[in-house]
Amino acid sequence: MGTEGFRPRDDAAFPPLDHPAYRSTELRHPSRPLQPLEQGLTEVTGPGPALAEVRPEDADLTTNAGTGGEAIGERIIVTGRVLDEDGTPLPRTLVEIWQANAAGRYIHGRDQHPAPLDPNFTGVGRCITDEDGVYRFTTVRPGAYPWRNHPNAWRPAHIHFSLFGPAFVTRIITQMYFPGDPLHALDPIMGAIPREHWDRVIAAYDHQVTQEEWALGFRWDIVLRGPAATPFEAGGAGALA
Amino acid sequence: MTTPGQTPSQTIGPFFHDALMRDGVDDLDPERRAGDPVVLSGTLTDGSGAPIDDAMLEVWQPDGAGRFLHPLDRWDAVDAQSFVGFGRVATDRSGGFRLRTVMPGRIPHPSGEDQAPHLNVHVFARGLLYRVMTRIYFEGDASHATDPVLRACDPARRHTLVAVHSGTEEGVAHYRFDIRLQGDDETVFFAL
Repeated sequence: MGTEGFRPRDDAAFPPLDHPAYRSTELRHPSRPLQPLEQGLTEVTGPGPALAEVRPEDADLTTNAGTGGEAIGERIIVTGRVLDEDGTPLPRTLVEIWQANAAGRYIHGRDQHPAPLDPNFTGVGRCITDEDGVYRFTTVRPGAYPWRNHPNAWRPAHIHFSLFGPAFVTRIITQMYFPGDPLHALDPIMGAIPREHWDRVIAAYDHQVTQEEWALGFRWDIVLRGPAATPFEAGGAGALA
Repeated sequence: MTTPGQTPSQTIGPFFHDALMRDGVDDLDPERRAGDPVVLSGTLTDGSGAPIDDAMLEVWQPDGAGRFLHPLDRWDAVDAQSFVGFGRVATDRSGGFRLRTVMPGRIPHPSGEDQAPHLNVHVFARGLLYRVMTRIYFEGDASHATDPVLRACDPARRHTLVAVHSGTEEGVAHYRFDIRLQGDDETVFFAL
């Protein structure tokens, strides 16, 4: 890859830092223009390749509370590939997720929504992508929940995803949404993404993933910034014989 | 073939701690062997000066010799597992954060010039729809004047990237680095 680094962020699809409909951005967005930074060694390296501590049970949120009981809710499988912009799968990438329970309540101490907690559900999971860049979680479908951004505000059901990718610049935290949710059009956080790019954060129902008499399947690919130049690969096309 | 579009960012929100902080790293050099020890602490504030108590900071840096644990650098080095160079801390009720690490070594800039010792920092928080990124340099380093990244910044704002030396305790240098997301003395954030 050399020092060419990674392609720029897709500003047409990324949300702006200042988005008045999402009130918390008002005092938290930098108001000065961001300073240009040429990508050097600190930017094109990152901790991602070194982070790989997961246990297989970490990927099953219906049982990973470790209580011996099973989480209540509609059991689902969420799977997909982590790719770069060239469509190249990214193997051995850490994927961390967190979500509300089926009633729309987080285990977090600051969540005061009067919906029940589930003693058998922490809403926390992680896995490492396999050799084909595939991640896979078993969980329950999260509930929608109210928040205080505006009158009668409700977040659409979503799962938070955190990924590192190969470099500091590819680090991203995002949210995955479910298809067909009428709350999408009312949500200022999702609405900070231009509507024509919502398909990039909405999972697809996939009957091939659905397991008979067990769980519904959803598929969502995550695409990270790709290398700015095609790396020279020994033995590949163009390599000296 | 069309290339798949980048997945856009969304806010970390306020409820990340159970997932992400169970692997918090506030001591980057637990083995005390990667370089000169440094403690960094500071406060994260918003445009009204109020502390931000629900943010996460991640740092990335080379070891004291300027080496990154990464396939593009010294991945295969014998001592590769001793220092990852990654830290992750949440701000506390007062918007404060603290981490212990080592003074980063010098690394080259793409221009070929040396860069002054620095850490890269990502800030994630409710109200940030995309991470913001800054750098921490260290007060008293003579190479700031020639660092190509610092030199490119507005001279009036350069100080927002420099941690202030606040003392030395038992051989550990302490530095203060406050981060202001918005306002008169807003920290310089980089487009990355």
